[in-house]
Amino acid sequence: MSAVPRPGRLSTPATAEYWRAAADGHLLIQRCLHCGHKQLYPRTLCTRCWSAELGWQETVGTGSVRTFTVIEVPGHPAWREEAPYLIALVELDEGPCLLAGVLGSDPYRVAVGQRVRFVADSGGDPAGPLPFFARDEP
Amino acid sequence: MTLHGSCAVTGVAEIPPRRTTRGQTTLGLIGRLAAAAVADAGLEPSDVDGLLVGPQVGETPQHVPATVAEYLGLEPRYGDVVDLGGAAGPGMIWRAAAAIRAGMCDTVLCVLANTRDPDNVPRSPNRNPIREFEVPYGASGANQAYAMAAARHMADFGTTAEQLASVPVFERRNAGLNPDAVFHGKDIAVEDVLSSPMIAWPLRRLEIVMPCGGGAAAVVQRADPARRAPHCPVLLLGAGEKLTHRSLSQAPELTTTPLAAAIATSYDMAGVQANDVDVFSLYDCYSIMLALTLEDAGLCRKGDVGPWMADQDFSSTGNFPVNPHGGQLACGQADLAGGMCHLVEAVRQLRGEAGARQVTDAELALVTGNGATLGEEVAIVLGAAG
Ligand SMILES: [Zn+2]
Repeated sequence: MSAVPRPGRLSTPATAEYWRAAADGHLLIQRCLHCGHKQLYPRTLCTRCWSAELGWQETVGTGSVRTFTVIEVPGHPAWREEAPYLIALVELDEGPCLLAGVLGSDPYRVAVGQRVRFVADSGGDPAGPLPFFARDEP
Repeated sequence: MTLHGSCAVTGVAEIPPRRTTRGQTTLGLIGRLAAAAVADAGLEPSDVDGLLVGPQVGETPQHVPATVAEYLGLEPRYGDVVDLGGAAGPGMIWRAAAAIRAGMCDTVLCVLANTRDPDNVPRSPNRNPIREFEVPYGASGANQAYAMAAARHMADFGTTAEQLASVPVFERRNAGLNPDAVFHGKDIAVEDVLSSPMIAWPLRRLEIVMPCGGGAAAVVQRADPARRAPHCPVLLLGAGEKLTHRSLSQAPELTTTPLAAAIATSYDMAGVQANDVDVFSLYDCYSIMLALTLEDAGLCRKGDVGPWMADQDFSSTGNFPVNPHGGQLACGQADLAGGMCHLVEAVRQLRGEAGARQVTDAELALVTGNGATLGEEVAIVLGAAG
């Protein structure tokens, strides 16, 4: 257990459903009911047409690593004992992109384009599960 | 109507970055910078009727222009905060010119400073999307974002760690002619960079700017050939700005930065091309930042910067003088003042006052600023008036 606690989780009325679903094992994206645009992170309006009419779409949960880094020296001291760990920008097959942790042994066993699959995992945080990804083995 | 040639930087000042500024306050540093910049412009404090300042985490969270004006005993007709991270410095210069051109004021003091106590570094109390969606993964701070930009450049173009390591190497060498640089006289080799601790793959410690306290300031006035002043004025010839994202996950592209658009706009306004520029004073918080900027400034083709850099001489006597003062990687980064330090170096070069590192016949300079995670960018083109 790290001496420094992790910063608490945030949630807003526009994002609460995303976090709730993720904890239950469902990765959601927002879909604009007006123009069809798909987006993450969840917002109160569509970034393409500014419509406030948005719905949720459950993703298949698969995507590709758009880029990544292996954190050896965390920016926040609460993660000091987790290092080294892999974080990535994951482009979901539905389109939207999110930053997330990628689980599994040897954080350096990764490349741009690596296929990954959504898993709900707490990442060692007592605050509960978040959307993480696991490498799809070839 | 554009800002082209309408205004000039007539005064500059700098408190060189240092690891610690214990015992000092941001307002105190601003006071020293204001006095030095106004004196450099040959003006009196009462001449200042415009004030641009930066946000000050941990000291003056709100009402910053009024607080600074009050502290300095100024009653400006124009005051504002320029909140563009490392792009704030060059962002201030064109805003000052726009305010002058619009008749709102005549003499704008642009000042950025911050203190630093290594034992007590304030954390910003963010409640924004980055804090909600990225911090819970241990993705705090800027290193991870620049590392991911570097990783994608390496994957797409075959850029190597050795090639990126050459950036701090040449900047340290340039700083050999800048006694004010934190790393003056501390040359390093590529092997030193590659054997420094890994921070966020592929970025190692010597490729990452050293956080410091310090500051820099500039005075902007209408371009007036008849004005008598201690130094040659430096004309603002072009400016461009582009904001695309706060988090890299929302970036439209990972290997072309919004600086490409900002620089193109600034070249257009100035009526110049990359090859016309004599001095490049380019924002360099990381090795990858400078490499991306060299591409986005049109000096080489996108993706080619790795092999291209090996064939260039970036010293003050080289074919492409880049950061003759050593840039932030050799001077340290005084937080938001980082971008303003690039402006100060460009002004010194265009005045012909850069001493041992003077670029011969320097008439045209490009200054860039970059904030957040490659998402808030400003470029300005400056020209010698004389
Ligand atoms: Zn829409």
